[in-house]
Amino acid sequence: MLTVDSVTKHFSEKKVLQDITFQVDKGTCVGIIGPNGSGKSTLLKIISGLLTPTSGEVKCNHKNILHLKQKTIAKKMAVLSQDGLPSSPISVFDTVLMGRYPHIKWYQRERAHDIEKVQDVLNLTGISHLQNQLLDTLSGGEKQRVAIAKAMVQEPQILLLDEPTTYLDIGHQLNILELVNHWQKETGLTVIMVLHDLNLAAQYSDELILLNQGVIEEIGTNEEVIQKDILERVYETVPEIVMHPKNHVPQILLTSR
Amino acid sequence: MKGPQNYSQKLMIWIPVLLIVLLLTVTISITIGSADIDMMTVWLVIGSNIPFLGDGMEQTWKDSTETIIWNIRMPRIILGMLVGAALAMAGAIYQGVLRNPLADPFILGVSSGSALGAALVLLFGFESMVLGQFTLPVVAFGSGLLTLFVVYTLARINYRLQMETLILAGVVVQAFIASMLSLILALSDEKMQTIMYWMMGSLSLTDWSYNRVIFPFVLLTILFVTFLTRELNMLALGEEAAYHSGVSVQKVRLILLVVASLLTGVAVSVSGTIGFVGLIIPHMIRLLFGSDYRIILPLSVLGGAIFLVGADTIARTILEPRELPIGIITAFLGAPFFGYLLRKKKSNYF
Repeated sequence: MLTVDSVTKHFSEKKVLQDITFQVDKGTCVGIIGPNGSGKSTLLKIISGLLTPTSGEVKCNHKNILHLKQKTIAKKMAVLSQDGLPSSPISVFDTVLMGRYPHIKWYQRERAHDIEKVQDVLNLTGISHLQNQLLDTLSGGEKQRVAIAKAMVQEPQILLLDEPTTYLDIGHQLNILELVNHWQKETGLTVIMVLHDLNLAAQYSDELILLNQGVIEEIGTNEEVIQKDILERVYETVPEIVMHPKNHVPQILLTSR
Repeated sequence: MKGPQNYSQKLMIWIPVLLIVLLLTVTISITIGSADIDMMTVWLVIGSNIPFLGDGMEQTWKDSTETIIWNIRMPRIILGMLVGAALAMAGAIYQGVLRNPLADPFILGVSSGSALGAALVLLFGFESMVLGQFTLPVVAFGSGLLTLFVVYTLARINYRLQMETLILAGVVVQAFIASMLSLILALSDEKMQTIMYWMMGSLSLTDWSYNRVIFPFVLLTILFVTFLTRELNMLALGEEAAYHSGVSVQKVRLILLVVASLLTGVAVSVSGTIGFVGLIIPHMIRLLFGSDYRIILPLSVLGGAIFLVGADTIARTILEPRELPIGIITAFLGAPFFGYLLRKKKSNYF
């Protein structure tokens, strides 16, 4: 589905990413974790085509994404960013409708099935009662759901999430990730997400990539990556690892030093 | 049920309303002046000059009245409409692309750049054999575009265009050009009056030939930009968001900036630097009708036309027989009204 092939990125002298290689299969959810400044966000920007790698390439269905048209990329990938949507006086409906952009030709107007798609997704994400409200009247959690709805109507094959839960409380954090999870099960969506919260990452990812200082430190299943000695080395802290009593994924307990 | 049809309903109501206001403004403007003419005569004269429609009409007015209406006041009013529309549209585009409520043809230095080019043409009385009467507009938008390029290059640091730096670069370049314009003014002696007048903005140096130059251009640009309003709306959500939804941000931004600069250049070449239209009109439309560019652009075009025809009527009549530069009027009317609207409805524009 998606191949990252020996991607390296330098910002002038600073080496932010070094020889990153991995593959993501269709329908899986890959979590990218790592300490601040490890290159997680840069990697996601390169995957989405926003940044050009110094060397190496990102391929989507065997095609280098830098050679694709912007609308073609948008049909393959949607991105949910940390900052989410700005506080603009634009209605929720109009915002979500913008997600249909890659499917509409430049001379066309929005068609009936574009409108239907938007209505469906508004219902699915539980925000149809907000559709006439302006973005600047919404809370952070509501805005992030609008952003998900916008990504959904874009009908991508891959969803990139850049710390989408940063500014949210735990209820809203789970809400967003549940929506993504549900969407993934329904459509076979491929998800690549950068998450700071290791516990959330372990719960929702099939596979984890641990970045440290621009290189892949570990890559594998949750149990393989969430290990005491690895995390101690990378995060310079002493975590306790326990098994989640219900869904049996490794979870981390922090102990003060 | 609101929905996507919402904006076209708004347009269906407000475009005709603004067209009627424009028609009234134009009619009133023609009647006012040193020779008083009633509205009926105005419409008869205009009707008789329209091909086919006016062929069978009988002349019931004096030849001098016809000259005043058709050869003196009409070209000037049409020019006012076109310049107002062009400046308002340029302002709306700059504000949308740069996501900056302060952006305007003048803030970015494009107007000054165009003015410098045009002033040089006036100073040396240069007219190209090939371009003929198009010399002034072509040079003005050439130099306006060149200014935008300089501003853009100055603002582009590490291959990234920071919006704050762009505005700052505009201010710097504008200050530099202003000094060159002053130099030209000091050197120009007998042509000083014309150049000075023109720097302050005026629609007085007009006949029909000016309109023939800019009318097709403004019309084509309006049509062209209506195909890019969706992209303008998407840019309002941020460049990265627009990019991820499939907008070729770099390309769209460049096209729109060039188009807005050409509009500015054309407007400046026929009327000098008239301030505030590009800042005030789109803001007013935004405050009244919301931030959807599918509404803002067409209504700004009409609003700009109404505003400038009105302002020019005041400029040429308030101190009769003397005539004021229109730039004074637009700033005098525009600034307080803008302040009032700002107080009345404080909200996030972008």
